[in-house]
Amino acid sequence: MSGVRVLVGTRKGAFILQSDARREQWDISGPHFAGWEVYHMNGSRADPNRLYASQTSGWFGQVIQRSDDGGQTWQPVGNKFAYEGVPGTHQWYDGSQHPWEFKRVWQLVPSLTDPDTVYAGVEDAALFRTGDGGLTWQELPGLREAKGHLWQPGAGGMCLHTIILDPNNAGRILVAISAAGAFRSDDSGETWRPINQGLKSAFELPDPTAEVGHCVHNLAMHPSRPGVLFMQKHWDVMRSDDSGDSWNEVSGNLPSDFGFPIAVHAHEPNTIYVVPIKSDSEHYPPDGKLRVYRSRSGGNEWEALTKGLPQHDCYVNVLRSALAVDTLDSCGIYFGTTGGQVYASADSGDSWTAIVRDLPAVLSVEVQTLP
Amino acid sequence: MIRVVLPQHLQTLARVTRLVELKVDEPVTIGSVLDVLEARYPVLRGTIRDQVTLQRRPFIRFFVCGEDWSQESVDSPLPGEILAGAEPLRIVGAMAGG
Repeated sequence: MSGVRVLVGTRKGAFILQSDARREQWDISGPHFAGWEVYHMNGSRADPNRLYASQTSGWFGQVIQRSDDGGQTWQPVGNKFAYEGVPGTHQWYDGSQHPWEFKRVWQLVPSLTDPDTVYAGVEDAALFRTGDGGLTWQELPGLREAKGHLWQPGAGGMCLHTIILDPNNAGRILVAISAAGAFRSDDSGETWRPINQGLKSAFELPDPTAEVGHCVHNLAMHPSRPGVLFMQKHWDVMRSDDSGDSWNEVSGNLPSDFGFPIAVHAHEPNTIYVVPIKSDSEHYPPDGKLRVYRSRSGGNEWEALTKGLPQHDCYVNVLRSALAVDTLDSCGIYFGTTGGQVYASADSGDSWTAIVRDLPAVLSVEVQTLP
Repeated sequence: MIRVVLPQHLQTLARVTRLVELKVDEPVTIGSVLDVLEARYPVLRGTIRDQVTLQRRPFIRFFVCGEDWSQESVDSPLPGEILAGAEPLRIVGAMAGG
């Protein structure tokens, strides 16, 4: 019988939540890497038992862990992330130039076909790749040549937090960086260009044609329609129908278009999900009501999904990597909060249950649909 | 043998107990002890000092015979008590973070 494995990274360790396809009873294991921040865990589509985790600490730095048995046991692998050549400088908060310094890995995305090949998005922003199961990592330095000297940190640091591999075009990779913007490579990561035309940040970035400097929070794509991209920007929910060459706002009737994650339904490429947050200075849901918003029209028309979610006195946040979907026939939606809850819906968001509610603050949620 | 005390998280990572004993060729310095420690336990590379610059991580401290040697040169010879194994080199996670 098929099932679901939910990989949860938190401020104080990792947790693995597992259920059969009914998604009613959950086994919870953890904390793995207790006491460490786990920014991201992810599994290989080519080998679901191959998992990778980014374990990090302000004291002890970066560790990458690998599991070959679905998270039962873990082995530390390579943690040397050295920028290619002279690292150079990027823009600092005060407008001066600041040297590139590695801090942590924000996202790990295994190749769609090879469990030993993994992409790592890091802070300070760069993209690395391993071809040997995480033992060694090499930068794809062409990305930082896309006006890297003009990139600047967002409030959470200058992080490469989103990586999307196009299943229909092996050479195409999309990434997003705070606060630099979205970038695309069509040659397997050798060369890159910014794809930010149409993004508007009137006060932070007065130049409407600025190629970089945009605070993109998250990107999403449905594998059956890779030319259509969805974006949660700092403010604004955006859509592109030309692989990111241009963007249009689709915030529509959202109560706030500030937020962090965005996701696409597994079987309906025009159905998307966001979690509105009140503002960039108040990182919690509007009116104390935790509401996921769903658009079945690819944006602009949104409906609030509230059944099973707290509708008063709720002041948690949902971070950019903490929303994910499974691919079971009735699509499951999952998200984690900074209050330590992981909510799941087995019916495309119509109703929700907290499958665990007292974890450390959740940094990331990924879902594996198991055969 | 040189004795080294590791912070709890690094004990867990390296799968060792609190005290690690190392054979270190003279001259024995913090730098040479770390070289041997990392060669024995490669998983510790990058957790105490940067892998590229070899600079001490900001929230790591080195204590020698009750004194904070964090700002000393890593090439300074360690005292006889450390060489004799009477005192351990203590690697400590700084109190920080509130």
